[in-house]
Amino acid sequence: MIPSGAMAIVGAAESTEIGTVPHLSAPGLALDAAANALADAGLGPGDIDGVTCAYFPVADISHQLGVFPTWVDNTQVGGCSWMLQLRNAMAAIHAGWCTTVLVVYGESGRSHPTLATTYDGAKAGNMANQFDQFYGGGTPAVLFSLNLLRYMRETGLTEEQLAAGPVNQRQWAATVPRATKRDPITVDDVLGSNMIAWPIRRDMCCLVSDAGGALIVTSADRAADFPRPPVYILGAGAAIEGGVMSPAGMRDFLRPPYIRTSGEAAFGQAGITPADVDHLMIYDAFAHNPIFGLEGLGFVGFGEGGPFIAEGHTAPGGSLPMNTNGGGMSYAHSGSYGMLCMQESIRQVRGEAANQIPDVEVAVCHGWGGVWSACSTFVFSNSRPS
Amino acid sequence: MPHPLVPVPTPETRPYWEGLAEHRLDLPRCRRCEQVFFPPTAICPHCASNQIGWVTASGEATLYSYVIHHRPLKLWRTEGPRSVALVQLAEGPMLVSSVVNCPQTPDALQLDMPLRATFEPFDELTVLCFEPVGAADGEGSGA
Repeated sequence: MIPSGAMAIVGAAESTEIGTVPHLSAPGLALDAAANALADAGLGPGDIDGVTCAYFPVADISHQLGVFPTWVDNTQVGGCSWMLQLRNAMAAIHAGWCTTVLVVYGESGRSHPTLATTYDGAKAGNMANQFDQFYGGGTPAVLFSLNLLRYMRETGLTEEQLAAGPVNQRQWAATVPRATKRDPITVDDVLGSNMIAWPIRRDMCCLVSDAGGALIVTSADRAADFPRPPVYILGAGAAIEGGVMSPAGMRDFLRPPYIRTSGEAAFGQAGITPADVDHLMIYDAFAHNPIFGLEGLGFVGFGEGGPFIAEGHTAPGGSLPMNTNGGGMSYAHSGSYGMLCMQESIRQVRGEAANQIPDVEVAVCHGWGGVWSACSTFVFSNSRPS
Repeated sequence: MPHPLVPVPTPETRPYWEGLAEHRLDLPRCRRCEQVFFPPTAICPHCASNQIGWVTASGEATLYSYVIHHRPLKLWRTEGPRSVALVQLAEGPMLVSSVVNCPQTPDALQLDMPLRATFEPFDELTVLCFEPVGAADGEGSGA
């Protein structure tokens, strides 16, 4: 086991612009973010010896970065790919295969969605193509929400409670200059927005954006040598469930076991419990994702996630600030939000977020990949365990 | 190059698609542990045996959960609404499908309602859908 706090993030940045960025392709957004992260860390391409990315060949990206890596990773499990890559990078550094890894992400979901990537959503003959996607026309809201109605039946979650999450996150977004949507909304607005896939309305869905992000991770022993405050990785977990696009493969549709597996790995390595968490990010592709995350990670019991959000505990002024950048539903989301999710955790730990929570010491970030098929959990802190 | 939303059979899945074309639901069953599984693959997901046979399923199922898609679905030739469901087969597997031949409304689509397999045209293929038990035979898709 890698000791808790043995690795640290010493550079982090998003693309210079996010939202609608027509002058860059997906690799362009990734490279722009990488340049910003290198500047943040005071490093040049020659200082990097490990590269990870998804959706493009890692050799192409390394070449364009001017990096000649001794270790690479191209894990592609959907939205949390960059979280699994970061976890893999920790192991690679610990093994001595590299010292300084650049994790890069870029997607042009809004401006250039048809330009080539290497990610197989539905392509001829794969499982998603043959057994899942065609029923709902490939609409992500359809497959991701297939378990929601059963969950509502079993737990009593109401449509109003479901709508409270987007409302709360818009409250956060109101004071985030880079957030795409900042105007306040009400539960009635959410319930009155266009029906996408009943019971999911438009305002319960994430945005479609252009965005990039990058991180630089190295051994914590070196972290003091960098210009920015180090963000120590106290714990990291990941787990896979089901197929890439098929929720039908889940072992349990209401209490997905992989959430607990990933969370327990991260919390266990960090030696923390949910009560220790000052700030929380849970990837919100759709309004019900944070409910499942809160329950699966043990912040609340089964069936309590919706009421917890609706009562305002995760909203501004609440006891567990969550998705403080506005989340995928209000900040930005380009199909794969895991990197942007981590960027907000890192800003909070560094003390530089737009909605800075006072005295954040422990921040948790949980992301999803595919359609309920992968997840990853990170525990970040500004202090290294002694 | 087919549209990415038109299924393309593979060697491992071809018996399933050929069964649907003849309005039969054939499912893979492990010759070693005898479990029926879905989707069809080269090995059994329960015991990793590579000895896979096929059985014709009853077509009986229940409605586990669903959404009602409200936007046009060009390949289904509908403006919507149209259900997409998690369907629990009597033989055990859960799969993604649609419930057709009934109103596409929450009132008509009750969780746990009994369903039976129905075979619907889709592009050049026949695909698997389900209909409520008791739906009139011989009617076109209500979705």
